[in-house]
Amino acid sequence: MVSRRSFLKGAAGSLALASGGALVSKLAQADSNVFMGPTSLASGTLEYSILDALPGKRPLIKRSFRPQNYETPLAYLTELDGIFTPNDAFFVRWHLANIHEIAAKDWTLKIGGDSVDKPFELTLDQLQNDFEQVEVIAVCQCSGNRRGLSDPHVAGVQWGYGAMGNAKWKGVRVRDILNKAGVKKDALEMAFQSPDSRILDKTPDFIKSIPMWKAMDENTIIAYEMNGDPLSHWNGAPARLVVPGWTATYWMKQLTSITLIPQPLKGFWMEKAYRIPLGKFPETDRFISQETPDGTSTPITEMVVNSLITNLHGGEHFKHGKPVEVKGLAWDSGRGIQTVEVSTDEGKTWLAAELGKDHGNYSWRLWSFNFMPKGKGKHSIMAKATNRVGSTQTFSLIWNPAGYHNNVIQKIDIEVA
Amino acid sequence: MREENIVKTIAILMLLLSGTAFADESQIVLKDAPGKHVVVNNCGVCHSTDYIQMNSVFMERKGWEATVNKMIKVMGAPISSDDAAIIIDYLSKNYGK
Repeated sequence: MVSRRSFLKGAAGSLALASGGALVSKLAQADSNVFMGPTSLASGTLEYSILDALPGKRPLIKRSFRPQNYETPLAYLTELDGIFTPNDAFFVRWHLANIHEIAAKDWTLKIGGDSVDKPFELTLDQLQNDFEQVEVIAVCQCSGNRRGLSDPHVAGVQWGYGAMGNAKWKGVRVRDILNKAGVKKDALEMAFQSPDSRILDKTPDFIKSIPMWKAMDENTIIAYEMNGDPLSHWNGAPARLVVPGWTATYWMKQLTSITLIPQPLKGFWMEKAYRIPLGKFPETDRFISQETPDGTSTPITEMVVNSLITNLHGGEHFKHGKPVEVKGLAWDSGRGIQTVEVSTDEGKTWLAAELGKDHGNYSWRLWSFNFMPKGKGKHSIMAKATNRVGSTQTFSLIWNPAGYHNNVIQKIDIEVA
Repeated sequence: MREENIVKTIAILMLLLSGTAFADESQIVLKDAPGKHVVVNNCGVCHSTDYIQMNSVFMERKGWEATVNKMIKVMGAPISSDDAAIIIDYLSKNYGK
C-alpha cells in the first residue's frame, strides 16, 4: 500500500530540506515564549520537543506522541488559585499506546483476590454515594521527572522539570472500600490495574502493587475528581488511584481492578522497572516485600525533598539597583517543608526564603525570595528545601540507571547590567 | 511569515489525508538513511518514532543495542534478527554518539 503517511513524510521531508531541516519543531518553539526545558537536556530532546495540544488539553510540551507523554510548562504549574495545576495543563504520561476511553456510566471497579473475604464490584455511582467522600491536596510527580537532566543521560522519556502537578483530589479512601470487602490477615500487597492497553500480547501488562500499610493509609484514595472537575481522560477518567507522597507510577489511571494478595506481585513493572539501587536513597520508605535476599534494588516509593525555581530559567537580564524576585515551589513525601533557603554566592551562605500558605503536607509549598544583586555582571541563584525530618537536596546527582530522584540543587545564572 | 504558511499547509494536508489517531506523528521526520523504513515499520508498531529523536544524541552503539534488545526480549517486539541488526545500525549511525 502506498500509504498517505509515507506521502506525508515525503512532503514534509522535502519542505524540511527547503528550509533547513527539522522544520516543524523549530517553528513551534520559535513561535512561543514557553520554556521547553533546561539546556542540559539532550540535544535531540530539545530539538524535537514541540508544543502540542491533546484533545481537551492546552498546548503542552510534547516529548512523545504515542503513547502520549506531555510535560507541563513551568508557567502553568500553579496557575489555578495560585497553587494548583489546572486540569487542562496537567502532565500526561502513558506507558502503552492502546488506550481505551471509559465512559463514567460503564466504569466498574472489581475488588477481589485471595486475601479478600467478600469480593465485590462498584459502579461510579456507588463510589460517589456509598462511602465517605474525602479530599486530599497532593503532588503527583512522575518517577522519571527530571530524567532528561541525568548526566550522563539515560534512556527513557526525557522529562525536564514539568512531569508533575499539584491538585485537589476528591474520592474515597481505599481502606473504606477494602474494609467492606474484608481484609484477610495474610494480605501482603494490594495489586491494581486498568484495562489492558498493550499493542502486543507479549508486552508486559502494566500492573502494579503497593504494600498493605500504604493501601490502608488514610490519605490513599480512589479519586474521580481533580480540582473540582471530573478527571480528564488523559489523567485517568473515570477514576484513578491517588497515593500521596509516593511517585506517580503507583497512581494507576483508569483503575478497574484491585486485588489483595498474600504474596509479592510479580512481573516486569514491579521486579525490573521503577526500581532504585538499594542504599542510594536511604531516607525513603522501603517496599520490603518487593526486595529479594540478594537483590541490589528496591522499588521507588516516596518522592525525595525537592524545590523548583519557577519564574527564572537562566539568562534573564535585570537592571542594576532593582531587586530580583525569585519564586518557586518546594515539596517532599509528606513530612512537610520546614525551610527553603536561597544562596546567591555559589552556596557559601544561605538565607531563608519566605514560605507561602501551608496547604497540607502532601501539597507543594510556594516560596519567594527578594534578591538585591551587588554589582553588575553575572549572578547565580540557588535554592534548597529541607523537610521537617531534616532531609534536604543534594549538591550533585545521585546517578542511577533509570534517572530517578533527581533533587540536585538548581543553579540559575542571571545578568545584571 | 512564509514558513508558518508552509506549516499550516502541511497541517491542513494532514487533516485532509489522515484523519487517524496518528495525525500528529506524521510530522516526525527521521533522517533519510539506509534502514529507515525497517525502523519505521518495526518500532512504529508500538510507539511513535520521536522516541528515537528524544533519546539522542547520547547513546553509543552499545546503548542502542541494549535498547533494541530490551524491546525484543522484554517488551515482546517481534523483530527478526536481520531487522534488529539493520535497526541498530541505523540508530547508531544516525542517532548515536
